[in-house]
Amino acid sequence: MTPDTKTPIREFLENLKQAPRHIRESALRNGKMPETDRERSQSTFHNLFLHLQSVRTDRRSLRFGYTFGLGLILTASFVVLTITGILLMVYYKPGVELAYNSVKDIHFVVPAGRFIRNIHRWSAHLMVLAAFLHMARVFYTGSYKRPREFNWLIGLALLVFTLGLSFTGYLLPWDQLAYWAITIGANIASSPREVTDAIGITAWFDPGTFQKQLLLGANYVGQESLIRFYVLHVAVLPLLISAFMGLHFWRVRKDGGLSRDESKPPPPARIGDRDVEVFAPTKTYGLMAVVRGRTPEVGRAPEGSVSSWPNLLWAEMAAFMFTIALTLVLSYFFDAPLKEMANPAIPENPAKAPWYFLGLQELVSYSAFMGGVGIPSIVLIGLGLIPYLDRDPRGVGIWFGGPAGRRTFWQSLVYGLTSVLGLLALTVNFGWLRTWFPTIPQIAIIILNPATVIVAMYSAWSLWVLRRTGSIRMSAIALFTCFLAGFVVLTAMGSIFRGPNWHFYWWPSQWPTH
Amino acid sequence: MPDSPKRRDFLGLTALWGVLIAMGTALAGVMRLPKPAVQPGPLRVFKLGDPAQFPVGSTTRIETGGFFLFHVEQGFHAISSVCTHLGCVVAHTEGEGFACPCHGSRFSTDGSVVGGPAPAALPWLEIVLSPDGQLQVNAESTVAKGTRFKV
Repeated sequence: MTPDTKTPIREFLENLKQAPRHIRESALRNGKMPETDRERSQSTFHNLFLHLQSVRTDRRSLRFGYTFGLGLILTASFVVLTITGILLMVYYKPGVELAYNSVKDIHFVVPAGRFIRNIHRWSAHLMVLAAFLHMARVFYTGSYKRPREFNWLIGLALLVFTLGLSFTGYLLPWDQLAYWAITIGANIASSPREVTDAIGITAWFDPGTFQKQLLLGANYVGQESLIRFYVLHVAVLPLLISAFMGLHFWRVRKDGGLSRDESKPPPPARIGDRDVEVFAPTKTYGLMAVVRGRTPEVGRAPEGSVSSWPNLLWAEMAAFMFTIALTLVLSYFFDAPLKEMANPAIPENPAKAPWYFLGLQELVSYSAFMGGVGIPSIVLIGLGLIPYLDRDPRGVGIWFGGPAGRRTFWQSLVYGLTSVLGLLALTVNFGWLRTWFPTIPQIAIIILNPATVIVAMYSAWSLWVLRRTGSIRMSAIALFTCFLAGFVVLTAMGSIFRGPNWHFYWWPSQWPTH
Repeated sequence: MPDSPKRRDFLGLTALWGVLIAMGTALAGVMRLPKPAVQPGPLRVFKLGDPAQFPVGSTTRIETGGFFLFHVEQGFHAISSVCTHLGCVVAHTEGEGFACPCHGSRFSTDGSVVGGPAPAALPWLEIVLSPDGQLQVNAESTVAKGTRFKV
């Protein structure tokens, strides 16, 4: 036995003594705190952040006026929503008898419960708003173009999931808003019946009732409906949105990072605080050679780039902190609403959804099928087709694609606003077809109502722009801008100017007492 | 035959289609999952009591049932209070008709649409006399407009 051989018990005690140090060392991938420059750079490059992000970031992608940090704000609000949502799940009880009182408990009894619920609600609103703005940013900078077409579609799916999460979320308190929103939502789902009834085939083909029963789990709104929406809200949609977010980010990186104007020479790269000249690498990349198609940055110098650590990290932290600060401030001053307990006997008058659905509510007040199913589907399909119809690679990374696009934007904004305002003024003052011809068949109203007329007017304008400019990009800008204007005006109409019985009022103070 | 499929291709395609058909059948089975054989829900037949409780000329709102009971000289009739547009509950004004608070649909006194987005008239519901002499309305069963029930 040599003197330096340890006995097992000695070795065990030695390892036990060293355990804290070994745990610390194994947690850091480089084994110990960096001491030399080489170790410092290694610990910088071998971390999770740089596994998820590329090592260098284009300086133009970090420009605030280009992205406004909207994608980051979306991500941040989703993280905030996940955390506060899990906290709320601890106290929320998804039963028709229990839900309302458990939300009241969260508000009045649970420590900081009101604050957590407020944060959840405000970051949800922020997420919806940021999703709309992010889509507009991506559209107006032409960032949906090749090779980013498919990521635009993933983004659309994310928008739908975000709206789905918002809808299922405000049903859960089971107050008056929740109950009547479920009722209206389920009836929108069953509104294809309006069409099948009008052409008389409901007895054989009835997708409306199928969808309604699928959502409600019954023919009437009750416990089965609440539990379905709860499962959608806390499991199905969050999982879907997380998976699609992962896909979205992965594609952003694989499609070459954020879009930028490739027609101009990039700004010089920076290392530290110095501009530097960089050259394309000359050595071959063994593994890259077998990867077909575009791989980012192969054979290209990192022109115009800065190191992601810490430049991108700062940008991301700033967006997260902005999001958190904004939701905290809003949550401190403004409480999330909770109406009276659900009462199936009498709806509120007016019964209004949250702001982002009030444009749709205005549309369904013309025709349930067209406003609730037909036009949203047309808009989604149209948005999805944009990158496949506009394949002109010019103007990527430039707001509105240049001065011509800017002009088209302003003209379309004026056209979009005046036409929707004119049509609303006509409808409010003189009514619509049924006011003039009381016996008109329903199918005529489904086909010809203010909602379809505005879609037709916008499409006509877009076609006219296409003919005048000969550019699909201009015509897409025209159509998108018109729909944006229509969305804003209809949302304002539904939020501010509709009162009891969905009548028009300039101010809520003019509402009749009832 | 020169263009007959190769044995290996044939077997491969058969296997592929076998898998697809099996998965399709399984999917059809899964699609049944959200639709139970019995749709849960409340009983929609309502006993309203002795007909004499409702004098001629009266209008009674039955909140739990979601309908209005009218007694006119020709007899009883019940009109649903669930708007045919998106399912809100309409309010009734004597002599004027019905109005929906959610999206502004308006109906005449007999339930026909006179304004707003509603696609169909408010349905008339079936009224019978139950064996114990009470007025009974079946809110699941509609009757033609103008059908009145005489006790």
